[in-house]
Amino acid sequence: MSNKNNSIWSFFASVKLALFVLFFLAIASVIGTVIPQNSPPDAYVKEFGENMARFFQILDIPDMYNSWWFTSLLILLALNLTICTIERLPNVWRLVVQNNLETDLDRLAKMRPGKEIITAVSLEEAASRARAGLAENGWKTKEALRDNGVLLFSQKGPWTRFGVYMVHTSILVIFGGAMIGSHFGYKGSVMIPETRSSDTIYSFSNEEPIKLGFEVLCKRFTLTHYPNGAPKEFRSDLAILEDGKEVLTKSIVVNDPLTYKGHTFYQSSYQSYKKFLVSLTDNQRKNSEHFLVEPGKEIKWPEGDVSFGIINRDMTETPYLFKYKIWFKDSTGVAEPFWISDGDTTTVKRDGKDYSFALKEFFATGLQVTKDPGVWYVYIGCTLMLFGLMVAFFLSHRRIWVYIRQEGDTTSVLVSGNANKNRPAFEKNFDAVTRSLDEKLKSHS
Amino acid sequence: MTSSQLLGISTLGYLVASALYIATLIFKTKKTGIAASLVTLITFLFQTVGIGLRWYESYAMGMGHAPLSNMYESLVFFSWSIVIFYLLLEVKFNNRLIGAFAIPFAFISMAYASFGKGINQEISPLIPALQSNWLIAHVITCFIGYAAFAVACGLGFMYLMKSSAEDKPDASLIGTLPDLRVIDDIIHKTMIFGFLWLSAGIITGAVWANSAWGTYWSWDPKETWSLITWFIYAATLHARFTRGWQGKRIAWLAIIGFLSVIFTYFGVNFLLSGLHSYGSS
Repeated sequence: MSNKNNSIWSFFASVKLALFVLFFLAIASVIGTVIPQNSPPDAYVKEFGENMARFFQILDIPDMYNSWWFTSLLILLALNLTICTIERLPNVWRLVVQNNLETDLDRLAKMRPGKEIITAVSLEEAASRARAGLAENGWKTKEALRDNGVLLFSQKGPWTRFGVYMVHTSILVIFGGAMIGSHFGYKGSVMIPETRSSDTIYSFSNEEPIKLGFEVLCKRFTLTHYPNGAPKEFRSDLAILEDGKEVLTKSIVVNDPLTYKGHTFYQSSYQSYKKFLVSLTDNQRKNSEHFLVEPGKEIKWPEGDVSFGIINRDMTETPYLFKYKIWFKDSTGVAEPFWISDGDTTTVKRDGKDYSFALKEFFATGLQVTKDPGVWYVYIGCTLMLFGLMVAFFLSHRRIWVYIRQEGDTTSVLVSGNANKNRPAFEKNFDAVTRSLDEKLKSHS
Repeated sequence: MTSSQLLGISTLGYLVASALYIATLIFKTKKTGIAASLVTLITFLFQTVGIGLRWYESYAMGMGHAPLSNMYESLVFFSWSIVIFYLLLEVKFNNRLIGAFAIPFAFISMAYASFGKGINQEISPLIPALQSNWLIAHVITCFIGYAAFAVACGLGFMYLMKSSAEDKPDASLIGTLPDLRVIDDIIHKTMIFGFLWLSAGIITGAVWANSAWGTYWSWDPKETWSLITWFIYAATLHARFTRGWQGKRIAWLAIIGFLSVIFTYFGVNFLLSGLHSYGSS
């Protein structure tokens, strides 16, 4: 009974399983890149036929990365990583914390790299010189008396043995962060016309409305182009309103979102309505009004005794920036038209009166909204992974023992080394240390 | 001198360098080897200045950005990364024969950049989604990884060539190639290096995606294929470290892994649809 448990456990701890899982994950992932994901059902029928499309639906191919079988592969990988760590970590821990001054002396002679130095000085003198020599080369020693001799021991980077486990753990942390995000977070979008606000976003997964608990106001949306017509910037001046009061304002662009109460608002798209926002102020009477104006229509402002309309459009020197011809009549009866560029404010003068007239093309800004409490765990996991990879590949646990004992008239100094990785580099280092020890031990001072 | 002239010269330079490295392999003359290294180094300097000049030219045009934003610029940077990686390898392992298997990749990349159908060489302004410092981090880390994998693939070919000739007695050309164990060791180290940079590349891509759209991973074909490539190299490193796989198997995996890199780089853009399908423009 325990044998069977052991073999199941060792299977889950095995690299063989890891290789299988990585292989199947790779193959499975390919499928989702060649068969389009999240398309409407009839798209699959059209491209693959009725039967194939039904087969796809059964296996959840249209959303395969969230399917039960793909998720199972990921769970299997997580299990493999966890069990392999539980299985191997205790031994590694032992190697990291063990008392190397208790190392079997017979093993020292068999270690490679290794070198024996014979010297005429006394045991105590040799031990003292060896200690100093190691210290000069950056190896701080501890020592113990062993079998009528002195054993010195020094090590560097024992903790680097954990590098691999850092990497494996990082993957589990990333998975954890992803699960937190998908269970406690959501993603959606919302279109907010300028000067309007919204307290609701619409979920990507099922298009259901989600209440934010606060309002997002789009004060202004600006669209600029490069001379060649390509979009240059989408900019939304947003404000967060709590109970109607502005608590946060930020002008966002793509790659620079606004975050508030765990929600992040990303500049994603926009919509044009072919309408215009006009704001008109009578500077004498000090009253003003805002209008949403369609071109070619007469707009009346009774309180100001004004009527106006947008009657024409022309290009300006700036590509994709237009100017508009405004027909404007007030109580004086004069109806002289004027030009105004998109986004500008101008002063309209009439006999003894003047007005401030501002015009801007009217847009709705398209925002993508994400709430993801797991994203920082994912980032921590990623950082841990990069750190762990560097430790696992480039740093090693290096140990040097020096066993000094009396051999008749001479003193034998046995230098033994061990590194768990990057042995050629360690061997070079070891040779330098033994050369320096040799010099010290053979000198007559 | 425009950047485009300098980069055109670089294409030619790498062709000459490739020919010289292959000649060194065939004729085993030290002088050809030195010429090959020299031509490579000089061409590399031309190419570096060319890249820098293109960066400067973009600012002069009022649309300044690092030259890492489209297929043309990525191919040039890919080629540049292969060469610098190879040159450091040549110095560290003191072996010019690897050049015959690595520099051709740098040449092919530049040739495709210069003459490829549908590759737009113009300096274009950055659309809003690309206006981010993460662009630089993500492209650089990915392409240094790709470059290392390209060299590992070349070394894989070198290994297989040598290993198949071991059975034949008088294979003098092959005989000059380094010892199989040496090639295997360099392949291993190159793959590790590439794997580190690819990991950083995937991670910087995810962080960028999150700052742009709020989703660090969306199983987009490009993201997914970079992960597939990552799985392949992760499996290879595990097979080597813990199952003792060596030699021919690793050489083949180095080649297969690079095929996955090529699909991730080009196949996704040209054959599949998705976020990164900007390939031909």
